[in-house]
Amino acid sequence: MIVSFSLNGSPASGRVERPISLLDFLRDELKAIGSKSACDQGECGSCSVILDGVVVCSCLVMAADVEGSTVTTVEGLESEGTLSAVQQAMHEAGAVQCGFCTPGIVVAATDLFSHNSSPTTREIKEALAGNICRCTGYGAIIRAFETLAGEST
Amino acid sequence: MSFAIAGSLDEALAALAVGARPIAGGTDLVVGARQGKAPLPASLVAIDRLDELAHIESRDRGIRIGAMVTHSQLMIDQMIVSGYTALADAAALVGSPSTRNIGTLGGNVMNASPAMDTGAPLMVLGAVAQLRSARGSRTVELSDLWTGPGQTSAETEELCVAIDLPPRPARSGSAYVRLEYRRAMEIAIVGAAASVTLADDGTILGGAVALSAVAPTIIEVDDAGALMTGHLPDAAAAAVATAASDVARPISDLRASDTYRRHTVGVMAARAVDAAARRAAGEEIGVPVNRAIGVGASR
Ligand SMILES: Cc1cc2nc3c(=O)[nH]c(=O)nc-3n(C[C@H](O)[C@H](O)[C@H](O)COP(=O)(O)OP(=O)(O)OC[C@H]3O[C@@H](n4cnc5c(N)ncnc54)[C@H](O)[C@@H]3O)c2cc1C
Ligand code: FES
Ligand code: FES
Repeated sequence: MIVSFSLNGSPASGRVERPISLLDFLRDELKAIGSKSACDQGECGSCSVILDGVVVCSCLVMAADVEGSTVTTVEGLESEGTLSAVQQAMHEAGAVQCGFCTPGIVVAATDLFSHNSSPTTREIKEALAGNICRCTGYGAIIRAFETLAGEST
Repeated sequence: MSFAIAGSLDEALAALAVGARPIAGGTDLVVGARQGKAPLPASLVAIDRLDELAHIESRDRGIRIGAMVTHSQLMIDQMIVSGYTALADAAALVGSPSTRNIGTLGGNVMNASPAMDTGAPLMVLGAVAQLRSARGSRTVELSDLWTGPGQTSAETEELCVAIDLPPRPARSGSAYVRLEYRRAMEIAIVGAAASVTLADDGTILGGAVALSAVAPTIIEVDDAGALMTGHLPDAAAAAVATAASDVARPISDLRASDTYRRHTVGVMAARAVDAAARRAAGEEIGVPVNRAIGVGASR
């Protein structure tokens, strides 16, 4: 079957013949490789995308089920080469080590800041509870978002 | 593979009648397939667009929660948080924000894991499941629905469309406490829910206690109501702790031994009774109660 949806503001479509996840569909079929595949079981958040307005693990969503949906991945956050505020905050705080968790963290934090422009440290931690950083660089990640939260108050 | 997105409840029921399996959020089904527990069914019907199943509504007698209501909805809904707080406690503990955004109450109930978090709260709150197929509807008590780990008495052609909860008596409170080793993405080591109604003199007028992850299904502590009635919350909590440990039939696995589970489920049950009684008396204890009373890993 052909699955069509909106990806980062542009129409996207591709063939889905097997029961694959949205994550594999994005990476293998649509070559949008920003979202990372790690645990493939919803445990680590490296595949986080925003699906119809809520953050989800794309490894748990069936590709066939996104027909007609709106998906935002990490690739859709910058505009014309300018990083989003969340991306810029991570960059400035040096909150990236190997970078594997970074797309997922950026997407989850984008979702947080879209509902709450000045989250507390606890709210930041709760929002990122599903995102594992294998390099354990949480200190800089939390600081990046504390700074961003502080700027908007 | 056959995959259909149901546009209406009737379409979903028609697909189930010819052998399709429902997929709601997919957070159990897809993970189960990845882990090799059960392959993905050959024919799936997605029920996630059925908006008519995604509401929480107040009714003449109590409330109806649609099967597609997500944990994210449950944990902040005012009716749930104020009247059926144990269910909000449980929903708020599930997985991470991403899990809660797509994981549904219907999926949690029908997946029938002995460690499911919404099960014990639903049981103490007196919930029943509404099942529907192309041939008709029926109401099933939860104790009849769950028949074993991952097993229910529902026919394959039946969809759970809603969970109904009776109205709450005055001066009632409820709470769900689970033992966990970390604060997110955890499965209950053990868990306990309590519902308590207080008399004017502060003693307990009645209530119920149910346990997760200590038997093949969620179980109720049958004599909890009788043990608590007429007592002050402290004494009731102590009596319930012993009774809970007595009825528990836990397994030993990587995460905990049976002895440890049997002991700690009593501790969780006592804490659930305590929190439920404090809520019944009007004290505001945040959701989830785990965080509010410091159960689980510290910050
Ligand atoms: C990372 C992670 C963490 C998790 N943490 C927790 C946790 O802390 N506590 C917890 O309890 N669970 C947890 N879960 C399990 C899961 O998220 C929940 O059980 C969730 O509520 C399942 O809902 P779903 O809509 O995703 O179900 P699905 O996976 O879509 O369905 C589960 C099963 O129920 C059937 N089904 C679904 N809806 C219906 C219906 N309306 N009628 C009939 N059958 C139906 C499906 O066919 C399938 O067999 C976790 C899962 C993940 C991936
Ligand atoms: S790859 Fe999806 S959560 Fe880990
Ligand atoms: S920076 Fe390496 S996993 Fe987070």
